[in-house]
Amino acid sequence: MVRDVLFEIGLEELPARFIDDAENQLVAKTKDWLDELRIGYEAIASYSTPRRLAIVINGLSETQTTIEEEIKGPAMKIAKDNEGNWSKAAIGFTKGQGKSPDDIYTKELNGTTYIYVKKHIEGKPSLELLPTFQSIIESIQFGKNMRWGEQTLRYARPIRWLVALYGNEVIPFEIASVKTDNFTFGHRFLGEKFTISEPKSYENQLKEHYVIANPNEREQLIVDGINKVAEENNYTVNIDENLLKEVRNLVEYPTVFIGSYEKTYLDLPSEVLITSMKEHQRYFPVHSKDEELLPYFIGVRNGDEKGLETVIRGNEKVLRARLSDAAFFYEEDQNNSIDFYLNKLEKVVFQEKLGTISDKVQRMEKITENIAHSLKFDDEVIVKAKRATSISKFDLMTNMVNEFTELQGIMGEKYALKQGEDKNVAQAIKEHYLPKSTAGNLPETIEGYLVSVADKLDTIVGCISVGLRPTGSQDPYALRRQAVGILRILQESGWNISVNTLIDIAVQVHHETNIVEISKEELLEEVISFMKQRAEFLLKESSVEVDIIDAVLDNEIGIFPYAVQKAKVLSDKRVDPAFKPIQEALVRVMNLAKKADNQSVNPAHFQTDSEKELFEVVEKVIPSFNKENNDGKAMEALEQLAKLAEPIHQFFEHNMVMDKDETIKNNRLGLVSQINSIIKNYANLSLIEWKQTF
Amino acid sequence: MNIQEMILTLQNYWSKQNCILMQAYDVEKGAGTMSPMTLLRSLGPEPWNVAYVEPSRRPDDGRYGENPNRLYQHHQFQVIMKPSPDNIQELYLESLKTLGIDPLEHDIRFVEDNWENPTLGAAGLGWEVWLDGMEITQFTYFQQIGGLEANPVTVELTYGIERLASYIQDKENVFDLEWNNGMTVKDIFLQPEYEHSKYTFEESNTEMLFQLFTMYEEEAKVTMEKGLVFPAYDYVLKCSHTFNLLDARGVISVTERTGYISRIRNLARSIAKAYVAERERLGFPMLNKEEA
Repeated sequence: MVRDVLFEIGLEELPARFIDDAENQLVAKTKDWLDELRIGYEAIASYSTPRRLAIVINGLSETQTTIEEEIKGPAMKIAKDNEGNWSKAAIGFTKGQGKSPDDIYTKELNGTTYIYVKKHIEGKPSLELLPTFQSIIESIQFGKNMRWGEQTLRYARPIRWLVALYGNEVIPFEIASVKTDNFTFGHRFLGEKFTISEPKSYENQLKEHYVIANPNEREQLIVDGINKVAEENNYTVNIDENLLKEVRNLVEYPTVFIGSYEKTYLDLPSEVLITSMKEHQRYFPVHSKDEELLPYFIGVRNGDEKGLETVIRGNEKVLRARLSDAAFFYEEDQNNSIDFYLNKLEKVVFQEKLGTISDKVQRMEKITENIAHSLKFDDEVIVKAKRATSISKFDLMTNMVNEFTELQGIMGEKYALKQGEDKNVAQAIKEHYLPKSTAGNLPETIEGYLVSVADKLDTIVGCISVGLRPTGSQDPYALRRQAVGILRILQESGWNISVNTLIDIAVQVHHETNIVEISKEELLEEVISFMKQRAEFLLKESSVEVDIIDAVLDNEIGIFPYAVQKAKVLSDKRVDPAFKPIQEALVRVMNLAKKADNQSVNPAHFQTDSEKELFEVVEKVIPSFNKENNDGKAMEALEQLAKLAEPIHQFFEHNMVMDKDETIKNNRLGLVSQINSIIKNYANLSLIEWKQTF
Repeated sequence: MNIQEMILTLQNYWSKQNCILMQAYDVEKGAGTMSPMTLLRSLGPEPWNVAYVEPSRRPDDGRYGENPNRLYQHHQFQVIMKPSPDNIQELYLESLKTLGIDPLEHDIRFVEDNWENPTLGAAGLGWEVWLDGMEITQFTYFQQIGGLEANPVTVELTYGIERLASYIQDKENVFDLEWNNGMTVKDIFLQPEYEHSKYTFEESNTEMLFQLFTMYEEEAKVTMEKGLVFPAYDYVLKCSHTFNLLDARGVISVTERTGYISRIRNLARSIAKAYVAERERLGFPMLNKEEA
């Protein structure tokens, strides 16, 4: 026999961002729970709204599965006494399992024989076991928990009712002083308290009380509603997925409506309008067929059509107030010069120990300039990049950004253009915040690259210098994301500058400020190791294997795009049979070089043809390798190294490096050491595992 | 409904829910939460239900009476219940009905909003309540006050009086709101709004304010050491308002700013501890009262 089961957790409005995940957890945990309990079922359906999380289990067995369990006892050696009778130990074991020695059978395990009994475990009635669902409810994890009243339970929001039905029987348990029952609540205003007749009717009964329990259905209703409005009026509405998911989780009974605002607000930058609508009010912006923003918005109400006119008017009023604020800010902000805002930055703390944002910008200016010089950019670019850096943060002091923080950089670009700044300078203000996420868009201008890298380097070096290196999940200044940002910009721009040079520049600038709490060497080392970890992370993301990453980054990151290229070349080579002897030869040199203490070679001390031969090849290879290596040609550079392989084999074949004669020995070691140092300039090939694939 | 009627209605309603009807506390403060009737009384195990209107001063929001939405001083209607009742959401929604807001004719939502006031070492979880898209109430379950765990949990409802009134009276400009029959916010508050803004941003004697801050802080410390929690707390409030005036004037430098905030926070924290200790010494009298 089977029955249906319903569990519903009734809550005060859950934060929209927790709901989907909580529903998924509930399903996964329920499945595990039933498997562990050995209770069969046909299907599981889940539901969620801001006020409830629910699960319906169809066709739940009335009893647990009965099983035969094999129970292992003592080893045969102690199970029988000298006379061959069952020992006390054996009899005790059977008794403990409610069995007699007649039930004993034996089995071998790892060469030892043990005694066993079979135990029959009768399945219990499901109803007896179902109250343990309490722990499933309590175990759901939310991003943030709270307590309420006099309860000790921590949960996303207070639990106000619990439904637990087995057929039409209530499954008894209690959480935070709320006892399970068979009633629930409909929509907060349109529905009422009612009794659920059976689990199967849960969804439909709720619908009668103006609750669409299935989130996908709510989502579809919203999408249909938007499409209908769009079609009737010839609008284009680009439905933002995240906003849609949020909105469906803010309502139990969605009704789509359209509101409007005054055309004059369209003079504001569209980002301002869209932020007001989407971020602040959760409206969908409306565009014309040719993607022009129109003075309308689409909202979703939690309820039916009743009083919809009032709701629309209210929403319009709120948006109008926001937009009129924004329009006021927009005008007001333009009454002041960029310098006016820059002066204000002198009063805003960036980080307690690292001083004001103004201090930060001054450091950034030096960093930008030094990077630009070492990359030998044209004066024109350098002038623009410096200007962009010095005004990169001014918009933080404008009213608009103060009110709409999401618009930092974006407003900076707009205002800078209005104040007659160069186009690239203005664009760099916007771009220096990029990428905003690990995989986010990158800047598009050289100036944008420069300011972005300078800003991020300053933050990373500064934070690490005052002991704020990220640990575990703690990364309040998002240093990891910023480090990845720098590396991605290096990769994209192909700049011929090593990561260590960049770090040197930033550390030098910070060191001159005298706020650094650790020695210059220590700081360099910390930052380099932090950046290396991020480089490893990025390489792993692009599926490079760990040993290759270790080999390439063994010395230093160097020029990052080149490191990426080398990683690719070596990933191909490690499965190329022709490469194996080459790697062996080079690694042999690397191993022996550990014994060398200098690199001086005197051709006059050579004894054999093979060492002369090797020396000659080395003399030729070193400059060509250096050229390819410096030009960032990973394949060509490795080909140069490969030329050494055969002479190296010959060299080891015909010479005893550790000769008794010190002069001969040191001369040979010097040669080995010279080769070693160019290999290491490329990668630590000894770390790469040979992989043969067929 | 004019503002005066709104206040009377809310007072009437919450007094029926067994809230003690208090008057505004007579020391300047930035929010109703800072009244000792909320901040101190939320601490400890004693039950506490109270409602009051709190004029809240935010010097930095002063706009010389020229901005339709911002005020140097606005009004909050504050409800505090400890422990938070199980039906607090229903009680709150009923209160909106008494203001003539029929939920069936509107869209009322509870949108996640977590509140934090680092200066007071206070934090809570809850929502902003939206009425047709407008935030009209802050609804918070206190989790921490003065650095101490709130246990049992206090719930705080903060109605923004002017916000709510602008909706109820359908006015775009806060100064057009009717306070009673015939008088508007403009009549009553325009002059003080202008003068306070001018004082705050242009005329305040900053040297005196700096001195006052130090004196208030010192007095708070000394008074607290004598176990006089409430007077000590008054001086903390004075510190906070003085700081706000200085901050709005833009005369507090970076390094100092964090310093000032942490000085106030430290005071608030030690007073929170002292308050609980003092109540405990008295045997938590209001707890006994309920049992009797």
